[in-house]
Amino acid sequence: MENGARRTEDGRPSVAVVDYRAGNLTSLLKGLSAAGAHAFVSSDPEAIRGAAGIVVPGVGHFAATAAIDEGLRAAIVEGAGHDRPLLGICLGLQFLFDGSEEAPDARGLGLLSGRCTFLRGDVKVPHVGWNTLERKRDSALLVGVDSGAYVYFTHSYAAPITDACVASTAHGADFAAIVDDGRRVFGVQFHPEKSGEDGMRILRNFVALCR
Amino acid sequence: MPLAKRIIACLDVRNGCVVKGVQFQDLASAGDPASLARRYNAEGIDELVILDVTATIENRRALTDTIRRVSAELFIPLAVGGGIRAEADAEAALDAGADKVALNSAALADPSLVTRLANRYGSQAVVVAIDAKRDRERFAVFSRSGSAETGRDAVEWARQAAEVGAGEILLTSIDRDGTRAGFDCEMTAAVSGAVPIPVIASGGAGTFDHFHDVFTHGRADAALAASVFHFSEHAVADLKAFLDARGVPVRRHSC
Repeated sequence: MENGARRTEDGRPSVAVVDYRAGNLTSLLKGLSAAGAHAFVSSDPEAIRGAAGIVVPGVGHFAATAAIDEGLRAAIVEGAGHDRPLLGICLGLQFLFDGSEEAPDARGLGLLSGRCTFLRGDVKVPHVGWNTLERKRDSALLVGVDSGAYVYFTHSYAAPITDACVASTAHGADFAAIVDDGRRVFGVQFHPEKSGEDGMRILRNFVALCR
Repeated sequence: MPLAKRIIACLDVRNGCVVKGVQFQDLASAGDPASLARRYNAEGIDELVILDVTATIENRRALTDTIRRVSAELFIPLAVGGGIRAEADAEAALDAGADKVALNSAALADPSLVTRLANRYGSQAVVVAIDAKRDRERFAVFSRSGSAETGRDAVEWARQAAEVGAGEILLTSIDRDGTRAGFDCEMTAAVSGAVPIPVIASGGAGTFDHFHDVFTHGRADAALAASVFHFSEHAVADLKAFLDARGVPVRRHSC
């Protein structure tokens, strides 16, 4: 299949994983494929515009998102919230917001309002390991996932709890573990591709929205 | 519930086969890392470590094949250690499907390797493995699979490793390794209290009480064992139920 077609011949929706050289994408591609997607890595705005869904991955420092240039940024934002579901994972979730105190000069996508902050409290940071989701309201991503489900985190900064937060997690303080703006812009602070069966259910729920 | 204490199974692998203490009666899974990984995953293991115990050049291809096979259908974190000497070794392991690499002798020889890998892949992908042994009041660090004394102290080296970019410390007690006499809780607590990053305790697991001790007195964030999980078919699930009943937070998984 050519990158850019929304569906493969066997009916798998194409999901573009935005490449900005932020970490290793092998596990994520494997997870998306297992969830039913035809996942491909791209930094080409046209290929991203042609996909049925977009994933913004990311590990490491918020400043790394500076590698997402204006053309790429436009390709991500344009379709998002309409017919092309968008999922930010880990740093990708934080990038959906206005910005982060980790890199005050770097501009987030601004699809969700608020700024990300360092995890504070009498706890070890980075927050690494399995922690629980506390559901706050329903979301298409959470179909079949119980409140209290464990998912795998690894991060030092987190997004605030706003109206977009559909599940929170506590580490020192509560932060947004899953966001859903109601217009198919989603984010997960944890790594669904490393979060066992519940993580895979969340990926399948996302892929099911991509068509 | 707070952050769960992680239970990690280690697969010691040589030429694509698990070599340590496999006592499963089901011959189909004995020795095969992918079958063993599936089994542990079904039982609720939180993470897997593949340790290449030979780590020779000739075995690198066998190792990447093993990583590929183990990670193909596993959706929990997978770390790979043993013979990660250069960026290219880390790249091969991560490209094959590992989520983290564990550096030991190479990090001691050149701490900037930790920084380079952390910059490229993120700190969460870089574990510094420390093998240490009690030496009077201190914890002496050894390299080259425990054969070479480095003159370094585990607490001080762990602190430096965290500073240069390690995301986690995998701390093995050489004194306890293979003894089943319990983790070295004192050493684990000393290191865990000195660094802001998670510490995985290793070496000495023999009973469920040993895990309880290392998570409480030892202040470990995770505990790793190899053969202890081969004792019975439901060791991982039973261990988690044991810890849960004693107030230690553990992940209960759905399957």
